[in-house]
Amino acid sequence: MFSYEKSSRSLTRFCSGVLLATLPIMGLAQSAGHYGYGEPATEAQIQAWDIDIRPDGKGLPEGSGSVEEGMGIYETYCSSCHGAFGEGMGRYPKLSGGEGSLTEDRPEKTVGSYWPYASTLWDYIHRAMPFFAPQSLTDDQVYALTAYVLNLNYIVDGDFVANKDTLPQVKMPNEDGFVWEDPRPEVVNVRCMEDCKEEVTVSDSAADKNLTPSTTGPLDEGLTE
Amino acid sequence: MLGKLRRLNQAVSEVALKESERLPSNERRRFLRSGLFTAGGAMVGGALGGLSPKLWASETQYPPEIPPWTRSLGPGVVSEPYGVPSPFEKDVIRRNVPWLTADKISSISFSPLQNLKGIITPNGLFFERHHAGRPEIDPQQHRLMIHGLVDRPIILSMEDLQRFPSVSQINFIECPANGGMEWRGAQLNSLQFLHGMVSCAEWTGVRLSTLLQEVGMKPEGKWLLAEGADGAAMTRSIPMEKALDDVIVAFAQNGEALRREQGYPIRLVVPGWEGNTHVKWLRRLEVGDKPWMQREETSKYTDLMSDGTAHGFTWVMEAKSVITSPCPENPVRGTGICQIEGLAWSGRGKVKAVDVSVDGGRNWQQAQLHEPVMSKSLTRFSLEWNWNGSPALLQSRVVDETGYVQPTLAQLKGVRGTNSIYHKNAIQTWQISGDGSVNNVQL
Repeated sequence: MFSYEKSSRSLTRFCSGVLLATLPIMGLAQSAGHYGYGEPATEAQIQAWDIDIRPDGKGLPEGSGSVEEGMGIYETYCSSCHGAFGEGMGRYPKLSGGEGSLTEDRPEKTVGSYWPYASTLWDYIHRAMPFFAPQSLTDDQVYALTAYVLNLNYIVDGDFVANKDTLPQVKMPNEDGFVWEDPRPEVVNVRCMEDCKEEVTVSDSAADKNLTPSTTGPLDEGLTE
Repeated sequence: MLGKLRRLNQAVSEVALKESERLPSNERRRFLRSGLFTAGGAMVGGALGGLSPKLWASETQYPPEIPPWTRSLGPGVVSEPYGVPSPFEKDVIRRNVPWLTADKISSISFSPLQNLKGIITPNGLFFERHHAGRPEIDPQQHRLMIHGLVDRPIILSMEDLQRFPSVSQINFIECPANGGMEWRGAQLNSLQFLHGMVSCAEWTGVRLSTLLQEVGMKPEGKWLLAEGADGAAMTRSIPMEKALDDVIVAFAQNGEALRREQGYPIRLVVPGWEGNTHVKWLRRLEVGDKPWMQREETSKYTDLMSDGTAHGFTWVMEAKSVITSPCPENPVRGTGICQIEGLAWSGRGKVKAVDVSVDGGRNWQQAQLHEPVMSKSLTRFSLEWNWNGSPALLQSRVVDETGYVQPTLAQLKGVRGTNSIYHKNAIQTWQISGDGSVNNVQL
């Protein structure tokens, strides 16, 4: 099929060398790269898809939402998986609690106990929640939910209103709990070949624990909770 | 034409009837009762080839009998226009652990390593991890946007992308949670469920460096954000040094288009780095000056130490190996010579050596590495072992080209504690009992 647009573009490419040579003064900074494939992305297209939010607030849109507004939205969209107070249901993630548990045998990694940045909450709710209808909430609803979940974790007061100015100011309890440089290799094993240890003791066995799904026959359905 | 087909079919039926006379009487009765020899119209090529395996399950395949499949015709060339495995391999499938996650939509499946040969994972058995289920994407409608700190932000159709020069490379992908259920003790008695979150394939696609050159990176562009088009809009921040090194935007896996569960139509392949950085269903690449600290790189995929601090940006999958036979699914078949076989890999480069112990790590022997040995790829190893029937403790230990030696579980737990979840690359111990059965144990 004949495409006027495509042939017009390839004509431009074909001639661009001549144009560059003859009209340098016009400047063609936005011209195609070496291969010239694809279409230039317009500002409107970039804005529509560029949804990521950074800890410094870069990317946060206009709008706002309060803790109180968040409560109702949370009950409608979130509580069936995350529990009425963010305590989690089944194996769906807990959103609150777990303060001081990170050194315990069963740490609870929640927004309050573990997440280093509040911006991440806005970003994740917006891109992936509610689980069964991602990217269906308005920006104001996402601000309200962010405020509510932060309040569930006692990080902001009940009168907190989240917006693009207030959210980057929120200091998360575990912000300083992370090392962002990989310390590995952190274990040094030596390649010993003979008489490497005195005795060998089996400390634990998976036999008879009855946790292993079948590896033959049909899929093992089992319980998910 | 139809008449000819019918005549041909009749002839085949007559031959089949005649053939059945050569069968032992009980076989013959079952064959006649099956009615396959009079099967109608379109069965010309398949009348005999379609016999069910059960029908023929007898001892007639042993010499001096000639097996039925030798005395019949099979289906023709396009009876399966896109091939499927033999029905006898129906147990060789990806499997999941139902109790591991809240929902299968946000879960993981494990490759059946116990059944796989060589280093390439068949596409239908490559382990899968979805954060919001597998989307069904029409490649005609899919677009890749590249923007941010670049001179010429662009939108590419899948046709546009495939016009760029492409490369192929064989790399493993491993989920950092592979084996993560075992920090506190031995739980799963299975190679598949313990280690099956690793697979390896030949990936074909466009180097990320080619695309970034095309859009013209600004000098302050130090980080890249990759984002998927699925319901999780999965994102990871990748430092530019890695992005420009060996990362590709892949559209093919083992010679065919990516499987849907592997990111069709395009995914990132980030060789040697944890699986979740290989963003599937890729729709957006943004160049920035700082990391984005997204959910997957803060609340997930960070390593909690026993002192309560956590390590982030632990991208590399450190060297690891595992014996794939014997293993719980592949017991020792009897005394005498046993081929110990396994797989080794390193996210930092090539496997240099693999050692095997049969006495729980007291003494080690160097195994044979099988070619090809490639960077950030699975490597096969084997060692011949004369098993006398005594209980034994089998282990393998890989050394990679950086000199890193795979640690023991005790060494790893000594540094990480037991809350780490991810990056458990410790030596695996298989306990061989006197009857040849194999169990997962910890020392």
